[in-house]
Amino acid sequence: MSAGVGVDLENLWIRFGDFVAVRDANVHIKGGDFFSFLGPSGCGKTTILRAVSGFLEPSEGNVLIGGNNMKGIGPNKRPTALIFQNLALFPLMKVWENITFSMEIAGASAKERRKRADELLDMIALPGQGDKLPSELSGGQRQRVAIARALCAEPDVLLLDEPLSALDLKLRQHMRTELREIQKRVGITFIYITHDQGEALTMSDDIAVMRAGVIDQIADGKTIYNDPATAFAASFVGENNVFRGKVLEVKGDQALIRTNRSGDLLSRISTANQGTMKAGDEAMMFIRPEALSLAPTGTQGDHFVTAKVNHEEFEGNSFNIFMEGDGGKELKVAIPNHGQSFDDHSGQDMTLEYDVNNAVAVPAGELAAE
Amino acid sequence: MTSDKIIRVSIWVYLGIFFAYLLGPLVIMSITAFNSPSFPRATPWECLTFEWFGALFQDERILNGIKNSILVGMGTVVLSVAMGLAGALMLTQIWPKLRATYYTIIIAPILIPGVVIGISTLVFWDRINRMLGLGADSFLSNGLFLTIIGQSTFIASYCMLVLVARLQRYDMALTEAALDLGATHAQAFRKVLMPFMMPAILSAAVLAFLASFENYNTTTFTFGEYPTLTIELAQKVRYGITPAISALAFMIVALTVFFALVNEANIKRKAMIADARKDATVGELAGKIEVPGLISRNPAAIALIVLLIGTVTVIGSAMTYSPDQCIANVQEQKRLETEKRIQELRDRRAKESAEKAAAEGAEGGATQTAPKPSNNSGFGGVFAPNTLQNEEDGAADEGVAGSSNNSGFGNVFDPNSIGNDSN
Repeated sequence: MSAGVGVDLENLWIRFGDFVAVRDANVHIKGGDFFSFLGPSGCGKTTILRAVSGFLEPSEGNVLIGGNNMKGIGPNKRPTALIFQNLALFPLMKVWENITFSMEIAGASAKERRKRADELLDMIALPGQGDKLPSELSGGQRQRVAIARALCAEPDVLLLDEPLSALDLKLRQHMRTELREIQKRVGITFIYITHDQGEALTMSDDIAVMRAGVIDQIADGKTIYNDPATAFAASFVGENNVFRGKVLEVKGDQALIRTNRSGDLLSRISTANQGTMKAGDEAMMFIRPEALSLAPTGTQGDHFVTAKVNHEEFEGNSFNIFMEGDGGKELKVAIPNHGQSFDDHSGQDMTLEYDVNNAVAVPAGELAAE
Repeated sequence: MTSDKIIRVSIWVYLGIFFAYLLGPLVIMSITAFNSPSFPRATPWECLTFEWFGALFQDERILNGIKNSILVGMGTVVLSVAMGLAGALMLTQIWPKLRATYYTIIIAPILIPGVVIGISTLVFWDRINRMLGLGADSFLSNGLFLTIIGQSTFIASYCMLVLVARLQRYDMALTEAALDLGATHAQAFRKVLMPFMMPAILSAAVLAFLASFENYNTTTFTFGEYPTLTIELAQKVRYGITPAISALAFMIVALTVFFALVNEANIKRKAMIADARKDATVGELAGKIEVPGLISRNPAAIALIVLLIGTVTVIGSAMTYSPDQCIANVQEQKRLETEKRIQELRDRRAKESAEKAAAEGAEGGATQTAPKPSNNSGFGGVFAPNTLQNEEDGAADEGVAGSSNNSGFGNVFDPNSIGNDSN
């Protein structure tokens, strides 16, 4: 794998009138990485992508591609290729003409273009489909044609704007693997925009979690899942149970939190907040549903939670128990299914136990919308 | 069951009335183009003739009018489509708050009466012409230029409406994609937007041409030395029309039907090819697709072929057919009829003068005959003095008397055409 061309965002601000779409973004993307911007719609991730591709001039700050400042350089002069959310295949051109559009612009002969198109069609596993029109292809095939068209331009950086969002679930999961493989094969930098944490986690080397124009955390998927820096990152990526409260005491990398409903609970402080979190702070503690397990009812302690069961459901690989939780949210517990018998506990109190290392405390903050 | 039937019948009746209303005048006009009387009329049917087509192609003014109309039409198409496209593109780019206002302004020329546009075009360019210190023979006061400019001011708005409809379905991401792949703005416009807009541009061009071709009230102020067909026709009507105009109308109708069928057949063919492509395998796609039964499943294509065969037949028979004998027969018949009438008239006069002589009235003859032609028609009044004179002379030309029986209109040119016919 070649080193690839890195992308840097330096103090990037993008404003539309009074509205701040991107607030002081600083991101270093290593060459050859698969980098994702993950966030809910309207968080400014597409705006960042448009600034990188050159369709939008930043209000402040710089976009550097391969160390070169891109200020004032138009989209047609940048070493990037963008895959649009709706793919934007040219409807009146055949597949091979679509794929080799960049070569046509460069003045290549039809014969050269045809040859290159056939190579790329082989690569995206659509051999011999070059003479069809985009409208005659299925969604997944169009997807791959769009990728081939972008790759044909031989960009240093490939930008993908939620390209899988129009596909159905099966195809989306299939395309994840395929995209990752293509990225490994061509070895160029991919910048991927998505609101789907599954896509971000499975494909990316690194992920930036964005909320309302601000980048909350940049880390690899495992870190973001296990060690979120903010309440938003913790609640947006994967399912999580939240316990609100106040820090009573900080012991090393652990904090004792007086929660609103569940007594005093002990939690690990997330790495990003160690040293800054102190007694008296408003805090939130997160525990994943799969990190909770059943304990003898009534057990007391700093890693035991007792609550009333609202309802239960069977999900195949797990039994899910929904209990009365904090702030109107239900507390979810996932008990792995090993074929054990499982009684209905609706209406009863149950006690749950967790490993303190699996709980993470962050400063109180905005949660992701359900 | 029976109410169903009533509804179905009434739908057909309604359709019949509707199409009769819509197409009736065209059909009647087309029939008059083949009837021999020198005033266009469908009844009474006298003789099948193609001479009006010949007369049409010998009429210098009509031909010149067609030529000018085509020149003006082409100029208007180029100018209006270009301005319409620019206006449509602007509409998609403009600041959203201004869009409604901009739209109203650009649509306004459609609502302004053509007469106003004609006058203002003339006045405006005359001003410009004088400001630049150019003479009356300058380019800016040229009839062709003024007519094209004047018509384009409102035809461009029509074009814009057509183009906006298509442009609204255009995905701006396509242009961005082209830019992203290295194209300049000009290349993106030419290679992506233009091909997409092409069907609408063609529609707009056809619309612009037709609107220009049929325009009268703007052109009438601006044509200068270049009278268009509508201007020529209007001037001709002032002196009376001949079935040569019907012949022209018939040809326009036939051409319209022809192009409509070509278009329809083409659409059908494309749909069939698209169907075939959907079913085709990869291997077939690489080669040519065979579309089965192109004509058998395409009613428009069949109609087109029928039309073509019909045209060839008509032209072929027109080459060999001569209505001379028929016309001579009709002439003879008319002459006999006229003689009979003259005879009747003379008898009556003789009787009257006998009565007058008996009553010793001196002025009776003039007062009795005067109201007669004016009863026939207002048109006939134009030539009333002659008619009157003829009748008073008692030695009326046979043709005049014959046609004035049929209609007052006919008076208008009978003397000449009858002369031609009998030659």
